[in-house]
Amino acid sequence: MNILEVKELQKAFATQTAVDQVSFSLEQGSIFGLLGPNGAGKTTLIRMITGIFYPDSGSIFFQGRPFAALKDSIHIGYMPEERGLYKKMKIGEQAIYLAQLKGMSRSDATRKVREWFNRFEMQTWWNKKVEDLSKGMGQKLQFVTTVLHQPRLIILDEPFSGLDPVNSNLIKEEIYSLARQGATIIFSTHRMEQVEEICDHIILMNRGRKILDGTVAGVKQEFKENEFRIGLDSPPPSELTAGAFEVVERRDGQLIVKITSGHHPNDVLRYFIDRGIGITSFTELLPSLNEIFIKLVEGTPTARQFHRL
Amino acid sequence: MSKIWLITRREYLTRVRNKTFLLSTFLFPLVIILFIVGSVLIQTQTHTRARIAVVDANGYFKDYLKSDSSMSFDFSAGLDSVNYAERGCTAVMIIPVLPEGKETDYRLKYKSQLSLGGTSDLQNRVNDAIVDHMIYQKTTISRGRLDSIRNNSHIARLQAFEDNGKTAKASNQTMSFVVGYISGILIYILTFIYGAMVMRGVMEEKTNRIAEVVVSSVKPFELMMGKITGIGAVGLTQFLLWIVLVVGLAIAAQGFLSAETWKEVQQAQQTGQMGGPAAGRTSDLAGNIAKIDTAVGGANLGLTLLLFLFYFIGGYLFYSALFAAVGSAVNEDPQEAQSLMMPITLPVVFSFIIMTVAVQDPGGPLAVWASIIPFSSPIVMMARIPAGVPGTVPYWQLGLSMLLLVLGFLGTVWMAGKIYRVGILMYGKKPTWKIMWKWAFHAS
Repeated sequence: MNILEVKELQKAFATQTAVDQVSFSLEQGSIFGLLGPNGAGKTTLIRMITGIFYPDSGSIFFQGRPFAALKDSIHIGYMPEERGLYKKMKIGEQAIYLAQLKGMSRSDATRKVREWFNRFEMQTWWNKKVEDLSKGMGQKLQFVTTVLHQPRLIILDEPFSGLDPVNSNLIKEEIYSLARQGATIIFSTHRMEQVEEICDHIILMNRGRKILDGTVAGVKQEFKENEFRIGLDSPPPSELTAGAFEVVERRDGQLIVKITSGHHPNDVLRYFIDRGIGITSFTELLPSLNEIFIKLVEGTPTARQFHRL
Repeated sequence: MSKIWLITRREYLTRVRNKTFLLSTFLFPLVIILFIVGSVLIQTQTHTRARIAVVDANGYFKDYLKSDSSMSFDFSAGLDSVNYAERGCTAVMIIPVLPEGKETDYRLKYKSQLSLGGTSDLQNRVNDAIVDHMIYQKTTISRGRLDSIRNNSHIARLQAFEDNGKTAKASNQTMSFVVGYISGILIYILTFIYGAMVMRGVMEEKTNRIAEVVVSSVKPFELMMGKITGIGAVGLTQFLLWIVLVVGLAIAAQGFLSAETWKEVQQAQQTGQMGGPAAGRTSDLAGNIAKIDTAVGGANLGLTLLLFLFYFIGGYLFYSALFAAVGSAVNEDPQEAQSLMMPITLPVVFSFIIMTVAVQDPGGPLAVWASIIPFSSPIVMMARIPAGVPGTVPYWQLGLSMLLLVLGFLGTVWMAGKIYRVGILMYGKKPTWKIMWKWAFHAS
């Protein structure tokens, strides 16, 4: 069943169309990457899904029914990119308060907060104030307050920024475990290596429009350039002429070749076997998501930031 | 609804539990008392005794102009408009020969100006001197008799009563002035204190970015209303504590007085209310307490207190919603808040100025209209009410003012809600009232 279906969603502000005819659907239990450069409309899209903004047109279906922001907010956990907590409020109380705002009873909320604090080894923080926490500690607290009420849909905007590798892994493991328990996760980020690692399904937005939608493996297949890396046991001849492929790069006794259209990898292998050159390895080179994204958004005004990665 | 309650509860508890709450609750009355005592002291202390040199061409003024505690006259020969300062005088008055039946100028020359009251006092004294001189000259009355008539003729004393149909109540202008003034000042200060508290709270939520987390669970309007009601409850708590404090002090004060004195107080009040002559038997202390007690009764404390609560809450809701709207629109820059607050603080300050006029003339047209319009009614109406309901403030005015205030705060809350909804999630844009107006009245 699709937990979330978004159909032709549109939202315009005075100066520009932030989200333009975006449609997609999300399967329950999947980890979904929402990608795009700054200003692509991701935050606006998320704010419509969390009920903070009303769309100008289009529709959102949550668990098969039309989305009702107030009733469904108990099932949604949202961790915005810009973190926010009350600085002067004690941590335990704050977590309980935020869970109560989601609709949990005080006793349920207290029990859940204790459970999560134990899991993240935060018990001793209970009476501390947020202003006394480090950035990473604040981040962990924010994550706890986001998933505390056992939402069906969890939206995380850059959840790992400011976390050290140990805490990053801790959160990552929790994300996997929440997904195994049936929660669906929308994961918005610029960090492509994290997307490749974590996400099943991605969409890419640029300038308000959806420009790519698919599974991580599928997208890579779609954008592959038919390039292979070949390891050889003896140095390859400096001049290689073959109709089946052309050499793109030579490095450390390895060749990167691009198979010309109409040919098959077997043709490449046959070429070397016929010449008595031993093959030690043969791997298909798939483009990284980063490369795909640079390719897709390059040339648009917002593309520059991706080059920095 | 239950979510507004949750938010209200948090806003209330975080503030009341704070140590600064207790501190400010007990310091605020102290500051107010110091403020009032201080301003009274300043007003009484600044009267310096003017010493006026008189150069009189008529020759009779020295018989009539008498020195007293507020003014003294020096008629010594040789004083003139050049050397008066050296001789220790603050001013010199030069009176030329005054022909009968013709207006003639006389001059006052000074280095440091006389007070406004001092100048008119001097004019009265000079005119009285001329009258006395003429009576003395044109009749056969002796100077001794003239003086004794002057001294013994101040025997009539005005007692004002407020006409309430069947009953008449002793009124006390000074007391209603004081009660009105204090109520007006209190509402003025509290509007600013709690309004600013709401604005800071909203700004904190916006700059902390907690607002985005919260509005994914509750409606922005609920968040705003929860904050307003929570801080309003803090204000009411503070107010109740003050009443407890005052009543406690009053009871403690009563404990120091003997039962006999209280009996005399009652007697004095009864004779006073019947309009009979004040009983000469009562002791001074009892007489004074009786005066204060009737005065407090004359200001109708119960009604004043109830209406104070109403206008405090109404004015608070009216203005705090506007403060919340400003808080939601500004970014981290406190200067932005300053400039956006101007249109809100101006009417409050203006109401305060009208209030100082209204306590002196509670029935004047400016006072009446300002006490009906919701922008100024909380402050100005509180200045008028101690003067008497329904005498000075007819029921229709009170009713209309209350109704308009309720409609007014419903209006500001509605408008602020719309601005708040957009503003709380808008970063980086420099806000203006024009933009906020768009947010409020053009649905997006």
